[in-house]
Amino acid sequence: MENCMKLEIAALSENESFARSAVAAFALTLNPTLGELSDIKTAVSEAVTNCIVHGYKGGNKSEKVWIECSVDKSGEAGELHITVTDNGCGIDDVERALTPFFTTLEAEERSGMGFTIMQTFMNGFSVTSKAGEGTKVEMRKKIVGENVGSRERLDA
Amino acid sequence: MKLISNRQKDELYVKLSGELDEHSAALARREADRLADSNADCGRVVFDLADVSFMDSTGIGFLIGRYKKFNRYGVKVCVANPSQGTDKILSMSGVYSLIRKL
Repeated sequence: MENCMKLEIAALSENESFARSAVAAFALTLNPTLGELSDIKTAVSEAVTNCIVHGYKGGNKSEKVWIECSVDKSGEAGELHITVTDNGCGIDDVERALTPFFTTLEAEERSGMGFTIMQTFMNGFSVTSKAGEGTKVEMRKKIVGENVGSRERLDA
Repeated sequence: MKLISNRQKDELYVKLSGELDEHSAALARREADRLADSNADCGRVVFDLADVSFMDSTGIGFLIGRYKKFNRYGVKVCVANPSQGTDKILSMSGVYSLIRKL
């Protein structure tokens, strides 16, 4: 592992913006394109929002969400690994939760597209959950970057 | 999230600026619905997304919800100027099949 960071935030919706911006700032060390950065911010926002809205039923300042990031430079392109974890209620049926447009909160105008966006915008995605114990989402994003030449020069 | 509106004859123009996420959506929803109620007689509403610096799937729910609200008054809903990131989310979720992009 080349580089890593770990964040613990209170499960409050006002922290959603901080969480995605912090991960984006960390990702900058890999020299991502604006598109890659936007994908990362969106996926992290979906994952953290899920923890708060679903895992902790709307949020609670005494509950926590954990976000861990690490950089993997072993492949051709650098890769950002992101893990978002909560100790909330968990998901009874993960397969159903992954179905596009499926939501348990129809009345609140939830689109049911959170997991679909994470899967589409990232290069790797998995979710493990146990009812009553919590949920862990793991995501990987390949960072091809804008200009490989300039990165090589910076590294040299 | 801030909403600035301008009514020109038959068209209501609403410019959204800032980040549209789960946290900011409640206020945006309230404000947009207030505009819907007071502009029930217009023909079309345009949500200008040029200054939306971030949007996640909350934006899908927000736009579909406003589509339903304005649709009850017979008002057509359109969006304009989404950023690349916003456009990606709205395209993949099929929002443009209900709400036209100008």
